[in-house]
Amino acid sequence: MSDPLLSVEGLSVDIPVAGGTLRAVRDISFQVKRGETLCVVGESGCGKSMTALALMDLLPRRAKRRAQSLRFGKNDLATLDAKQMNALRGDRMAMIFQEPMTALNPAYTIGNQLEEAYQRHRKAPADEARARAVHLLEKVGIANAGQRLGQYPHQLSGGLRQRVMIAMALMCGPDLLVADEPTTALDVTIQAQILLLLRQLQRELDMAMVLITHDLGVVARVADRVAVMYAGQIVETGTAAEIFSSPRHPYTRGLLACIPVPGKTKRGDELGSIPGIVPSLVGTLVGCSFRERCGFSAAICAADPPVHSAASHAWRCVLR
Amino acid sequence: MLVRGEIGPVNGALQPVSRHPVALALAFAQRYSCAMLTYAAKRLGLALLVALAVSVIAFTLLHVSSDVAAAIAGEAATAADIEFIRKAYGFDRPLIVQYFDWLGRTLTGDLGQSLYYKKDVADIVLSKLPVTLILGAISLAFAVLLSIPLGVLAAVYPNTWIDRLALFLAVIGQALPSFWFALVLIMLFSLTLRWLPVSGSDSWAHFVMPAIALGYYAAPAFMRLTRAGMMDVLSADFVRTARAKGLSPTSVVFKHALRNAIIPVMALAAVQLGFMLGGSIVIETVFALDGLGYLAWQSIRHNDFPVTQAIVLLLSVVYIGLTLLADLLNGWLDPRIRVQ
Ligand SMILES: Nc1ncnc2c1ncn2[C@@H]1O[C@H](COP(=O)(O)OP(=O)(O)OP(=O)(O)O)[C@@H](O)[C@H]1O
Ligand SMILES: [Mg+2]
Repeated sequence: MSDPLLSVEGLSVDIPVAGGTLRAVRDISFQVKRGETLCVVGESGCGKSMTALALMDLLPRRAKRRAQSLRFGKNDLATLDAKQMNALRGDRMAMIFQEPMTALNPAYTIGNQLEEAYQRHRKAPADEARARAVHLLEKVGIANAGQRLGQYPHQLSGGLRQRVMIAMALMCGPDLLVADEPTTALDVTIQAQILLLLRQLQRELDMAMVLITHDLGVVARVADRVAVMYAGQIVETGTAAEIFSSPRHPYTRGLLACIPVPGKTKRGDELGSIPGIVPSLVGTLVGCSFRERCGFSAAICAADPPVHSAASHAWRCVLR
Repeated sequence: MLVRGEIGPVNGALQPVSRHPVALALAFAQRYSCAMLTYAAKRLGLALLVALAVSVIAFTLLHVSSDVAAAIAGEAATAADIEFIRKAYGFDRPLIVQYFDWLGRTLTGDLGQSLYYKKDVADIVLSKLPVTLILGAISLAFAVLLSIPLGVLAAVYPNTWIDRLALFLAVIGQALPSFWFALVLIMLFSLTLRWLPVSGSDSWAHFVMPAIALGYYAAPAFMRLTRAGMMDVLSADFVRTARAKGLSPTSVVFKHALRNAIIPVMALAAVQLGFMLGGSIVIETVFALDGLGYLAWQSIRHNDFPVTQAIVLLLSVVYIGLTLLADLLNGWLDPRIRVQ
């Protein structure tokens, strides 16, 4: 088995807030291999975006990142300085954001924004960068790519802009693509197209992909491996098959119960939802962070739960 | 299968672009003409309407607030003299008729005779205009060169000493009356250090202090607008995208952030230049700089109303022109206006 491309050990993100320190990501570890898609899934506010931004070193100014190691290929991202990190970003690792409507600069043409990263990292002449941009626009399924280069973001629809964002992320042929809810802002038919496209490109270019989503339907379609996050921790991780066919953590089961199943869920049936609210992330949490909402909770859950594992499947719960 | 990072180029979808200037200009016109032309035409129409309104106001104020015939006749004139002048100049006609008569003459460049200098008003005014325009341009350049870098630095390093320094300078700039600041400058640079001449307009050195005094007054507005705009833009999603691409901090701050934050600043700059031309009345008088402002002050002192009126009108038109320029600049810099 090959070494993982990305290996995260003990990553935490702290944000100072009025009442103390908001611990948005709490000591998480995971690995992604080349050519593999890891889906990070969890409710809103559980720290998915902070995890992604921490990998890219794009956290908000106040947020502090701590990690034992963030191995990426030959580098440890935790020890790189801003300049070295800048050299990797956009070249070896790229990111796509949730909001295609605001993620592109309104003042520059699509072509300009596509070409600049390539020119910076490859020191390529303008016409080579342009050719590359056209090629990638075609690759993400945009017709008339040559003309699109001269257009401004406001002239494109949301779906097209997200395709442009994908093309932009792929300009330098990155080893790792981090996609933070890339389809959430799009309508359903476009969502499916974009996901399919991402999946296809990931395979074709043999990239590693970390795809963040709160939609288990998305996970089912694209994930090789899944990490389920709750309150800043990874509570369960495993292959997509393991997570979908034998979920162990009550939170994962709760999430799965929320997906409507065609044929099984009757029209008008209430969709499942997990009762209760996420605990505050300010300060330290002792014990299982899910216990207040958990149907199985017992006295033992007040202590930090053990991590059980079976093959590549691991979960943070007293239940086996 | 394609190998990572080595996607080959392209099935020739690039169209050859001619570099010939005429071809470029044509392509350019094709791409932008519709949206930009409509926009420009609308703004121009609006500007003309405002100019017309200003001319009505300027005319009416003068003729309602004072007896023009008496002013022309002078202090020693008898009632009969005044009546004679009223008839001779046609001031006995209905105001509306006089207005169109005056407007027609004004549009053909006939601004009448100066009562004090006994010369053509248009000639006098035009001869003084360059000094004022140069002063305005230098002042604006000074204000922009001082305030935009400060505003950018303050936004990139918020709540640091550089931010506080910028705020401090801005507060001082807004609090100090420009004539007082001008006097301080004269005391420091002319009387104590003897680096610069006190007054006159013979050489470039004469413009240094007036430009600083005038520009310093406008700088705080630019600085605060730049800082606020940059703060906004630096937290925008597209700036994060630029950083995610691994662009250099310089490119992120200047190419991606400043290019968007500068749009309202440019618009303000055009409008501020108008204010500076107005403000130059004080500054030119303090420094005895021989421009429009100084002339305005002289004409008011000598009751030379044709000159005063011509200057008011000219400054208004320049101001309207600058506002129009600001709008066009706005459209030019913001593709969302320029390209539909
Ligand atoms: N700039 C910030 N300042 C303070 N707290 C923040 C900031 N950004 C995020 N947080 C907090 O950090 C926690 C994790 O946020 P994060 O954006 O990672 O959630 P998420 O899982 O991506 O949620 P979503 O699905 O809504 O995008 C949340 O509790 C959020 O309130
Ligand atoms: Mg998020």
